[in-house]
Amino acid sequence: MTTGPVLEVEGLKKHFTVGGRLLGVHGVVYAVDGVTFTIGPGEFFGLVGESGSGKSTVGNCILRLLEPTEGTIRLKGQDITHLSRRRMRPIRRDLHIVFQDPYSSLDPRLTCGQIVGEPLRLHQLARGRELERRVEGRFDSVGLRSELRYRYPHELSGGQRQRVGLARALSVHPSLLVADEPVSALDVSVQAAILNLLRDLQEDMGFSCLFITHDLATVEFLCDRVAVMYLGKIVETAPTRDLFAAPKHPYTQALLSAALSPDPEVQRTRTRIVLEGDIPSPLEPPSGCAFRTRCPLEPQSKPRSHEEEPLLRDVGGGHLVACHLVGPGGEAPRLIGDPAVELGAEV
Amino acid sequence: MNVGASTGRFRRVPGGAGHPDVGTASGASAPVLEVSDLSVRFDSDEGRVHAVDRMSFTLDPGEVLGIVGESGCGKSVTVMSMLRLLPPTATVTGSALFGAEDLLRVPAARLRRVRGREISFVFQEPMTSLNPVFTVGRQIGEVLRKHLGLSRSGARERTIELLRLVRIPAPDRRVDEYPHQLSGGMRQRVMIAMALACDPKVLIADEPTTALDVTIQAGILDLMRELRERLDTAIVLITHNLGVVADIADRVIVMYAGRKAEEAPVRDLFAHPQHPYTIGLLGAIPRPGEVLEHGGRRRLQEIPGRVPSLAELPDHCAFADRCPRADGLSRSQVPELRAVRPNHFVACFHPGENGAT
Repeated sequence: MTTGPVLEVEGLKKHFTVGGRLLGVHGVVYAVDGVTFTIGPGEFFGLVGESGSGKSTVGNCILRLLEPTEGTIRLKGQDITHLSRRRMRPIRRDLHIVFQDPYSSLDPRLTCGQIVGEPLRLHQLARGRELERRVEGRFDSVGLRSELRYRYPHELSGGQRQRVGLARALSVHPSLLVADEPVSALDVSVQAAILNLLRDLQEDMGFSCLFITHDLATVEFLCDRVAVMYLGKIVETAPTRDLFAAPKHPYTQALLSAALSPDPEVQRTRTRIVLEGDIPSPLEPPSGCAFRTRCPLEPQSKPRSHEEEPLLRDVGGGHLVACHLVGPGGEAPRLIGDPAVELGAEV
Repeated sequence: MNVGASTGRFRRVPGGAGHPDVGTASGASAPVLEVSDLSVRFDSDEGRVHAVDRMSFTLDPGEVLGIVGESGCGKSVTVMSMLRLLPPTATVTGSALFGAEDLLRVPAARLRRVRGREISFVFQEPMTSLNPVFTVGRQIGEVLRKHLGLSRSGARERTIELLRLVRIPAPDRRVDEYPHQLSGGMRQRVMIAMALACDPKVLIADEPTTALDVTIQAGILDLMRELRERLDTAIVLITHNLGVVADIADRVIVMYAGRKAEEAPVRDLFAHPQHPYTIGLLGAIPRPGEVLEHGGRRRLQEIPGRVPSLAELPDHCAFADRCPRADGLSRSQVPELRAVRPNHFVACFHPGENGAT
């Protein structure tokens, strides 16, 4: 039984160079630019952000599907940042992923039983009758009928396929599951079943999970702790309840206010902040605070926000935020319901 | 609200303020669109697929009608069939009255005048629905020149105006850019600008915000709301997202397996859902703030089983196999739509807010 964190990510950076000699365009995309977080045993950690925020790149670096540019990644205390493919192999038992698209992430030429049994076979954990038995058990635990072991992925529905993906990931009892938008491609009623299942399995098996998504309601439902990413950096991280009750970073506040509530009474009476513009290009991130180009509070935070990059600071209770305007005790400007802010806004 | 002169970096939008709740559904004016008994069948090698089965609905001027359902329920096919946008393998029956004309029967030349001018479309994927080799200005200009006979320079001027209307920054520069130079949110704005080029009476938006980020989605919905108010455009909004419907629709139709399961004014539908499928859908989504309010976590409600194949639609209630209330009656007859309250219709033998009745 480990007591330390399952995953520690420190100062993770992933930069891509774009262009080539032919096109003559050269540039560096700062996809992930200094991300630090830890995930404890049995913890569900949500990584939220809009497209282009770098959240999937973080997941891919942790899985070593991408080579990190800088920083360290430790799994159960072991530094895995630059392990060779061969040295990485035994570790892959402890680290698994469920992808977003259940259509392209399953090998169409294998039966579902073979797909789920493959990790067990490759890690030489089981063979023959024993393998069969374990695969059957896995099918059962994710709510699939065991006859489906002999079917091919194309014969299954989207929800069933995602269950196969989950069964495969969990077949070797990993300590960390990376789930990258695992329900975004599914219908609402199927999403519910997968989310419930994920939580049940976690309770039974006790794995930790890095849950990557753009959907705030799902994170609130599922995760213990959340980090919000913007343009390759974490701007705020806190226990889920704190983050949703009292978001401090202006971006988090805007994001939460923009999420739609499936209740007309609530949705039509609340105030929301509509950010103008788009996420800036990660090719040329703004100087200082990355959010300043869209931040409603930029008039208050300049010139500091133009010159100095705000660092993630602990404001108490495990709540970290990267904003110049947040005081040392966590006093944060509110975008909604604060008359001082209201004046600067165009209504 | 002054749309053209938006210079601020953000806006605070009081939710729902400024738009009447039920639109113009008072019944004073004639509906702009009246669809009756619309059925769509596809003939394929594997047999017949009944994608839509006897759909009827009306749309009033300035009204936002939401059509919700899961993939394969026939929501997109319904609106595509109205404008005869389906491939020849589709057989469409019924009628779709637009004013005095039946869109399913008017000559092709007349239909071309209607499409894009009086009824226009916004699709889900703004990248694939814009032509990558022409500038934005040329694509919007084409609509203006074809339908309104504007000159090249006149079209350009109007295009810039439209881009400004949909809040694209620096429209006089953007007009000469290609779709790949724009972000996803901006592309969708261009699509909306194009759809609005001729002040259409009806705008059909098929999952207009699905491919977009939350903060961008909020902006697009605000934009649609404003346009409806300014131009009195009626909107048919197709979505699987109940949050979008809760935000903007006046009236909602829930579809299941090609049939209408429930129809109601938006507040009634969310406050007093009657069909077990609607109730299931509402229970299946995590709600913002729920954990905070109730402290503990609830399980999401699951709908057991799966959507029936449209190739072998049962001749009884299509939801019966997944329904906790199903009985002999549900398994022997197709339930007809009936009114349970004023303007609230449900196709179920055992409607009710909770439990069986």
